[in-house]
Amino acid sequence: MVTLKLEVDRGRCTGIGICESFAPDRFEVDDDGTLLVRGGELVGDAEREEIERAVDGCPAAALRLVEGVS
Amino acid sequence: MSRRLVIVGASLAGLRAAEGARKAGFDGEVTLIGAEQHLPYDRPPLSKKYLTGDGAADFYRAEADLRAELDLRLSTTATSLHPDEHVVTTSEGNISYDALVIATGAAARSLPGVADSSRVLTLRTLDDADRLRAHIRPGARVVVVGGGFIGAEIASSAQQIGAQATIVEAARVPLVRAVGEMVGETLSQLHARNGVRLLTETSVLDCIETAFVQEIHLSSGEVLPADVVVIGVGAAPATEWLRGSGVELDPIDGGVVCDAFLRTSVPDVYAAGDVAHWPNGLLDVTMRLENWTNAAEQAGRAGANAADPENAVAYETVPYFWSEWYGQRIQFVGTPMADRVEFLEGEREEDRFVALYTTGDRVVGAATLNQPRKIMKLRRLISERGGPAAAQTIIDDGQSAATGATP
Repeated sequence: MVTLKLEVDRGRCTGIGICESFAPDRFEVDDDGTLLVRGGELVGDAEREEIERAVDGCPAAALRLVEGVS
Repeated sequence: MSRRLVIVGASLAGLRAAEGARKAGFDGEVTLIGAEQHLPYDRPPLSKKYLTGDGAADFYRAEADLRAELDLRLSTTATSLHPDEHVVTTSEGNISYDALVIATGAAARSLPGVADSSRVLTLRTLDDADRLRAHIRPGARVVVVGGGFIGAEIASSAQQIGAQATIVEAARVPLVRAVGEMVGETLSQLHARNGVRLLTETSVLDCIETAFVQEIHLSSGEVLPADVVVIGVGAAPATEWLRGSGVELDPIDGGVVCDAFLRTSVPDVYAAGDVAHWPNGLLDVTMRLENWTNAAEQAGRAGANAADPENAVAYETVPYFWSEWYGQRIQFVGTPMADRVEFLEGEREEDRFVALYTTGDRVVGAATLNQPRKIMKLRRLISERGGPAAAQTIIDDGQSAATGATP
């Protein structure tokens, strides 16, 4: 089965937070600007669109969706 | 016959328009025209880490990948548009289109009476940043004319690498158009606290080049010596090439007038990014935005609408921009055009605050300094047309009342 995985490049993320405005159940920027990611790395069909918007919206290109097989 | 989408402007908005068209299922030819010689690159770092470091520019895509997907024409300037013939004339010849997206952005304004020279610069492009970077060195005297975001970022970057920056601002308070008077005044205090001199209500009368320095004569009578002068007095939509084409332009700033679907006044021509005025249904205001977030989101929508006009979707957004001065993060969402502005958290003198902009019962904007956890929750609240009480809940505990997100 093809799965989608969310990858966060911590070296690139600067906590700008656009991901949080698209997918607040998954992303939250902390008080010190650190990005918190909830719900693991697997991306389900129901949330795919909003996570894609978060990936596209990231000004630091710190988010990626990667296809894998499980 | 295959359709051709032509996108004029190869920066963030142009690139996102191309991607938006592909995502909408467009399988015709996409031609992307850029006046600069460079591949599409990220502009926000040009006044920040690109200026303070010696690294390379951040290019969005590798050249081979990009050329595999579209017809890329760099160093090509659009010079006129002929909507009746569906042709755009460029420095390299005519290109016909079925649909076209205008994404030519904005160009830095110059200061009347002050000529550009090797020591009087503006900052908009990568080439500009290369010239400026060569001048901003430890010990250099940098005079920034204009206390807006670009000017403030340049002063901050100069100070960070040990140059001595002075900001000269004509208005009593900087940033009024972007964030309003109260927040503009509060933010401008960051300069003095970080060792940068800010002169307000001061204009430049003359800028005289001598053998070794630039002498800046101010309305106060003071003369500032400078190794480099940066003019940061805003940007104007790059639409000269559209004059006489029939595309309606804003009478004040020359930006392209669009409808909610980002369609211009002529058929099959759309616009997006810094160049476009459009009615933003989410805030019921017609606006033109010069920021990264809007260029990315709006152009994706313009590209999709141009590719598939029957299924066009109106573009609406809660505007968002950020800036960084002296290592401090400034974030703004919504619009500063509001009936009331108040600081809800933090003293104005401290390096941390939330300011809320409200009109009637509705929160229409928020500005924060060093409050990254709160700003995106407020962006959502504005998009859900929330009121001050719900905003107060977010500000008090950092939880999103609107979405129920838990840490």
